[in-house]
Amino acid sequence: MIATKTIPDFSIPVHVDQVGIEERASRFTKRSIKNETKINGLLLALNMIDLTTLEGKDTAGKVKQLCYKAQHLHDSYPGLPTVAAICVYPSMVKTAKLALGDSGIKVASVATAFPSGQAPRDVKIRDTKFAVQNGADEVDMVISRGKFLEGEYNFVFDEIATIKEACGDARLKVILETGELVTYDKVRKASDIAMYAGADFIKTSTGKISPAATMPVTLVMLEAIRDFYYKTGKKIAMKPAGGISKAKLALHYLVMLNEVLGEDWMTNEWFRFGASSLANDILMQLMKQKTGVYQSANYFSID
Amino acid sequence: MAKAKNNTLKLKFDSARNLAPAPESKSAAKIDPQYDLFINGKFEKPASKEYFASINPATEEKLSMIAEANAADVNKAVKAARAAYDKTWKKMPPAERAKYIYRIARMIQERAREFAIIETLDGGKPIRESRDFDVPTAANHFFYYAGWADKLEYAFPNRRAEPLGIAGQIIPWNFPLLMAAWKIAPALACGNTVVLKPAENTSLTALKLAEIIQEADLPPGVVNIITGGGATGAAIVNHPDVNKIAFTGSTEVGKIIQRAIAGTDKKATLELGGKAANIIFDDAPLDQAVEGVINGIFFNQGHVCCAGSRLYVQESVFAAVVRKLKDRLETLIVGDPMDKNTDIGAINSREQLNIINKYIKIGQQEGADMYQSSANLPRKGFYCRPTIFTNVAQSSRIAQEEIFGPVLAIQSFRTDDEVIEKANNSPYGLSAGVWTDKGSKIFNLTTKLRAGVIWANTFNKFDPTSPFGGYKESGYGREGGLHGLSAYINLTK
Repeated sequence: MIATKTIPDFSIPVHVDQVGIEERASRFTKRSIKNETKINGLLLALNMIDLTTLEGKDTAGKVKQLCYKAQHLHDSYPGLPTVAAICVYPSMVKTAKLALGDSGIKVASVATAFPSGQAPRDVKIRDTKFAVQNGADEVDMVISRGKFLEGEYNFVFDEIATIKEACGDARLKVILETGELVTYDKVRKASDIAMYAGADFIKTSTGKISPAATMPVTLVMLEAIRDFYYKTGKKIAMKPAGGISKAKLALHYLVMLNEVLGEDWMTNEWFRFGASSLANDILMQLMKQKTGVYQSANYFSID
Repeated sequence: MAKAKNNTLKLKFDSARNLAPAPESKSAAKIDPQYDLFINGKFEKPASKEYFASINPATEEKLSMIAEANAADVNKAVKAARAAYDKTWKKMPPAERAKYIYRIARMIQERAREFAIIETLDGGKPIRESRDFDVPTAANHFFYYAGWADKLEYAFPNRRAEPLGIAGQIIPWNFPLLMAAWKIAPALACGNTVVLKPAENTSLTALKLAEIIQEADLPPGVVNIITGGGATGAAIVNHPDVNKIAFTGSTEVGKIIQRAIAGTDKKATLELGGKAANIIFDDAPLDQAVEGVINGIFFNQGHVCCAGSRLYVQESVFAAVVRKLKDRLETLIVGDPMDKNTDIGAINSREQLNIINKYIKIGQQEGADMYQSSANLPRKGFYCRPTIFTNVAQSSRIAQEEIFGPVLAIQSFRTDDEVIEKANNSPYGLSAGVWTDKGSKIFNLTTKLRAGVIWANTFNKFDPTSPFGGYKESGYGREGGLHGLSAYINLTK
């Protein structure tokens, strides 16, 4: 394939077969991940987590505790990696940045009137700039789902491009909120729009809408990333978020990633899990692999 | 960024193929060192006194010794079947027959793991397929036809459905247990008795089924399972007291059977070879179509008579589809069939591997462009890399002849009429696949393609309620569904 950079016509329908994509997604769950493949997978998954707190009741104290946890996942297991990033509201970026210091853990901030995105564009730009000025390394924006469903694809495209500009050097994650787009065709279209408009990551969900990330939805997006890569030569990262709380499911996602985009994507630069409780389940599984027995949840900190 | 010098992009899948081994345990299944013939409810030594070895194609190790039935054994089995037919089975109330068939279905389910392991050891297919497809579908066939046994008067309203008598059934090596189920279940439901011969390479699950039939207390002689090669099959076909021949296998043998039964009043159903066309239009969901193509040709190492071995892709999406296919090919795990992660197991026999390799060579000699997955093959056993050919013409042998292996011949097309003509331009007509987002196009094609089964936006889907069978040299008669009953009854009113 020779790389081209032409922006496609988004009014042309795209086709994703629901039965087919769900069948394919379930095939990945049939892979039996054992021994060293399992341990490597669990460690990698841990290293791909965007440890998240996005609540109205978040305080500086809560965020600091989370930042400590990010650096000390389970100190009785030496040699563990850290998580990839901490994901917070813009108002908490400064606190998180300070708490994480030079740990190498990134600070991701949601922005653009997260989670609904129902705000004027200048407010969204201001929101984004505030996060970046406070030190956010990554910005998680939401698309205007209402406009998207109205068919105002150019509006959605322009908005993403504008926010990308406001991000400066920060990497932009574009949240499609797939639970509100409903069909796979629409997920695919939104993915294409986001990537051509300048997204560095495409992300499934805010975590505030159910269903959040599912394997078939993530598969649609991974396939979009692959096709975009072949068209443009540009790698886009993927972040499923919400609903991934078990280590086993995380391994299924990694199998899927490995079989759709290949090993070049198997790092936290190109893939993240947006999750709050996944880390502890992975830690529990790692301890089980090491000691042969499951330990009580009481042994794992709940920050 | 993985950018090669010539400005082509490539994804890397080595780590996706190299997972830690996850083998199924052999010890969960019991294989006897020697198997005799199952005649009249008992395992009996063959009159020939001869046994042949059954090997594991994945390791070339011997699994067991199998009895070779000669004409005298066949005669004995047919006599047992006749006696069981006259004395018990045809007189038995249909609801009672149904109970036996249900019992067989349940016992297959109970011993599903054992069946799956033996099927994989004996035939080389991946354990994932035996476990998730062969064994459950075999049980489903028994369940389904058990339900028909006492409802034949509803299947054929205002007619009287009577059994044919003795069904001589000869089955192939690609789906040993499943084909046995396809054959035995409707025959019993309709009140016939059975003499069944599995393929000589893959007799073990049929013999395990015989054990179940014995345990289920089926009246002796209702099902007889005898093993052996082509001569044994010929003895069944030529036996004067057999009323019906049901055969699944090659077109070549199908023709021999037709000649042999010409002039007799034996009925026959033949399910023979195929060279199915899988057709991708430019408005198709491409990634799902590619997955369907992969399923269509690489399921069971391509040892599937309805395999989608000819791919037709509309020119405007040809390059994209081929690229997607190549990437997908790289992620297929080829190797030990007993590993739960294996996608493509062992080729069933050395002979079959030789045939496949012969065609791969022919494809190259014909000037087609070959692409094979870069998977490493095990050193021992019979293996073949998944292979696709582009730059193929309708006149290429790899596009005309059945290869029965993991080899796909890809051609492009421009218009609907063109692809219909090309798809039908084959001596076979077993199955076809159509991939498009447009419903009207699907119906247009399904009415014009001359194939017994046409899948739309899917491929290789099987269900006991759905009939299966061919046009042209793919055979005649239907198995499965309501249609499958017709093959085992006489309508006398």
